[in-house]
Amino acid sequence: MEFSLTEEQQQLKDSLRRYLDKNYTFESRRQQLKSGVRASDKHWSAFAEFGLLGIGLPEEFGGLGAVDSAAEDTMVVMECFGRSLVVEPYLSTVVMCAGLLRDHGSAGLCRQLLPEIVAGKKTMALAVHERAGRYQLKHVATTARQQGDGDAYVLNGSKSVTLHGGTADTLIISARTRGSVGDEDGISLFCIGKNTPGLSTRNYPTFDGHAAAQIELNNVRVSVDSLIGPADSAFPAIEHAIGCGIAAMCAEAVGAMDALIEQTLEYLKSRKQFGVAIGTFQALQHRMVDMFIATEQARSVTLLATLKVNAEDLHERRRAIAAAKSLVGQSARLVGQQAVQLHGGMGVTDELPVSHYFKRLAAIDLTFGDARYHRGQLGELMALEK
Amino acid sequence: MNIDYSPEEQAFRAEVKTFIANNLPDDIRRKMLDGKRNVRDDFMRWQRVLFDRGWGGPYWPKAYGGTGWNQTEVFIFEQECTEAGAPGLISFGQKMLGPVLMAFGTPEQKAQYLPRILRGDDFWCQGYSEPGSGSDLASLKTRAERVGDKYIVNGQKIWTTQAQFADWIFCLVRTASEGRPQQGISFLLINMKSPGVSVRPIIMLDGEHEVNEVFFDNVEVPATNLVGEENKGWTCAKFLLSHERTGLNLVAVSKLLMRRLHRVAREEMADGNPLIDDIRFRDRLAQCEMELMAHEMTLLRTLAAMAKNGAPGPEASILKIRGTEICQAIFELTLHACGPEALADLPEALDPDWHGKPVGAAYTPMAAGDYFNMRKLSIFGGSNEIQRNIVAQHVLGL
Repeated sequence: MEFSLTEEQQQLKDSLRRYLDKNYTFESRRQQLKSGVRASDKHWSAFAEFGLLGIGLPEEFGGLGAVDSAAEDTMVVMECFGRSLVVEPYLSTVVMCAGLLRDHGSAGLCRQLLPEIVAGKKTMALAVHERAGRYQLKHVATTARQQGDGDAYVLNGSKSVTLHGGTADTLIISARTRGSVGDEDGISLFCIGKNTPGLSTRNYPTFDGHAAAQIELNNVRVSVDSLIGPADSAFPAIEHAIGCGIAAMCAEAVGAMDALIEQTLEYLKSRKQFGVAIGTFQALQHRMVDMFIATEQARSVTLLATLKVNAEDLHERRRAIAAAKSLVGQSARLVGQQAVQLHGGMGVTDELPVSHYFKRLAAIDLTFGDARYHRGQLGELMALEK
Repeated sequence: MNIDYSPEEQAFRAEVKTFIANNLPDDIRRKMLDGKRNVRDDFMRWQRVLFDRGWGGPYWPKAYGGTGWNQTEVFIFEQECTEAGAPGLISFGQKMLGPVLMAFGTPEQKAQYLPRILRGDDFWCQGYSEPGSGSDLASLKTRAERVGDKYIVNGQKIWTTQAQFADWIFCLVRTASEGRPQQGISFLLINMKSPGVSVRPIIMLDGEHEVNEVFFDNVEVPATNLVGEENKGWTCAKFLLSHERTGLNLVAVSKLLMRRLHRVAREEMADGNPLIDDIRFRDRLAQCEMELMAHEMTLLRTLAAMAKNGAPGPEASILKIRGTEICQAIFELTLHACGPEALADLPEALDPDWHGKPVGAAYTPMAAGDYFNMRKLSIFGGSNEIQRNIVAQHVLGL
C-alpha cells in the first residue's frame, strides 16, 4: 500500500498551486466572471504549457504518456482546481472527452482532435444526459438513424445540462441506434462539431461560475466516421467516462473543502465575541471537528474511487464510484453549510470566498448524480451481492 | 499509488488465516460467530495457543517476546482473527500495561509480569475511572499512602471491564494532593486477591455483566509494585494514549457485521418480500457501507503513512470517532432489520449451551442487546466528545 504522491506528482501539485495562488486569485476570478468570461484563454494556455491538457494522453498525440497514472494525476490537478475554484472546462475536455477518445475513438478522430486539445486550441463537452432521465445514463431518447446507404446517421433529440457545452468546439453526444429508452444496449456515441447544421445550443451560466448548455439536435447529419467505438454498445464507455468525471469532481470537492476548513479555522481564531476568539467555544469546536472529519472521510473515499475507477472488476468499480459521489456529496453539504454558518453574517455575503466555495460544492452534488441518487446506486449493487 | 497489500503481506495473511483455521478451538469460534457469551477460559486458552505459536505478543517488540510486527501486520492479524471468530486479545495486558512496563518498568517488573501476559497466565484489568472522575480523569481520589515498604490503598474504581476475571489491576492512584491534579498521581499494580479488594458487578442495560466497581479498603501493596516514579503516573497514562495510534477503529469487526447484516436483510421479509428489496431499508444499508468503505480507507492511509514515515497523519485522530459511530449505526440497523421479533427478551439465548427455539431467527435474540450494549462504544476509551476536544486542540489548533 502506498498513497503518497510520486515526485512528479508532487512537483505538478506544487507548481500548479504556485501558479493558481498567484494568477487565479479570488479577486481576479471575480473580475473574470463579472466580465462574462466563463473560461479564460489566458489560463487555458497556461494549463497547456503546464502539460495539464495532456495528462493521461499518449505521447503520439502530444500527451504526457503515463496513461496508467491518469486517474491519480487528475486527482492532483482537480484538488488544486477545487482550492482555487477554477471554472475552465478541464473536466469536460480533458478528463472525460479526451479520455473517451483515447479509449474508444478511431485513429482518425484521435489524430484529428487530441493534438489540438493538448495544445489548448480546442475544448470539448460530453452530452450524455437527458431531462427525463436526470442522472440515468441509460435513459437515451435521442435517436440516431442510419441513412439508407449506411455511411451517415441523422440525429434528433435533446441533451440536458451539458457542462461547458455552449463554448465547446466539439461535442460527444449519446444517441440511440436501436432498442428503446432505458435499454443499456443500443446506445452509440457521436463526435459532432459545434457548427454542424441542425445542432443548436442554449448556453447558460451556472450558479457556481461555470457554464452549461441545453443541446438540441434537429436532423443533424453526421458521417459514420464520427462514431466513437462500435455502434449500439457505447454504454460501458459512457459509464466509464462519467466515472472518471465523478472521481475527478470528488477530488475537486476535497480541494474546495480543504480551503473552507482553512478559512473557517482562521476565522474562528481571529473573530472575537464576548471578549474571546469564538474558536474557544466548544459548540463551535465540535462543529469544526465534524467538518474536519467529513473532509477526511471525503478524501479517503475519493482516493478509493480514484484507485478503482479503472478496475477490471466492474462491480467493484461501480461500488467505489457510487460510494464516493454519495459520501462526498454529503460531506460537501455539511462542510459547505457549516462553513457559512460559522462565518455568521459574513458567510451569506457575496464578498467572502466562503459562499463561492459553498455554491461550487452544491453544484458538484447536483452534477452526475447527487448523494441520494448514488446511495441508491450503491444499494442496488449491494442487493446483487450474495 | 497502490491500494493492494504487498505479496509479503498477502503471504502473511494466508499464514495467519491457515493458522487460525487449524488452531482456534471450535467451541470458541462458534460462540464468537453466533454472538454468545465468552468466559475467562476462552480468552486464556486462545492466548495460550497464540503463545505456543510465538504470537503471544502481536503488539510487542521481539525483545520482549513479541512478534515485532508492524502496524499493517497487526491489522492483518486482527482482521483475520475477527473474521474467523477468534476472541480479541485481552487488551489491558497486551496493549496497555505491556507498553507501559516496557517504557517505565524496572527490570524486575518486566521479568515478573510480561512473560505471564504472553503466556496467558495473568488476566489484567484497568483501574482508571472513578465515580467522580470520568472524562476528568486527573481528578481521581483513590489514595495510596506510603507506609514503610508498602502502599496502603483506599478508594473506589468504576467501569472496570472484566474485573470479575482479573488476577491483577493496574491503577492510577493519588499519592499527593499538592500542585496540579495531574502531578500527584502514581501508577500502581495491585493483586486482585489482596485482602481488602472487593468487586461488585454493574449490570448493563442489556442485562450483561461486563463492568464492575472495585473497592479498595486498606489494601496493602508492596512499594515495588509502583511503575515509574511516584507522582509521575500521569506520564504513564498519557504515554498509553500516544501509543495507541490507530485507535479503536473497529474496521475488521464492522466489516464482519456488515456481512452479517447483509445476510439478515436477505433472509428477513417485509410485506412478503426480502427486506433488501425495500429501497428505504437499502438506503440505510448503503449509507453504512459507504461510510465503512471510507473509514477503512482512512485506516489504510494511516497504516501506509506509518510504514513510510513512522508516524500517522492527522487523519488518524478521527479513527475512534468514526469507527465507533459506524459500528453503532450497523448494530442499530441490524436491530431494525430483525424487526419486531427482536422485542423478545431471551437472555438465556446468549448461553452457548442453550438449544431452545428462538423467536425469529437464530440471530434475532442478540440484536436488541447488542444495540443497547454498543452504545458504550462512543462513551468508553475517552468519550467521543472528549475525542472531539482532542482533535480541536491538537489537530486544528483551537
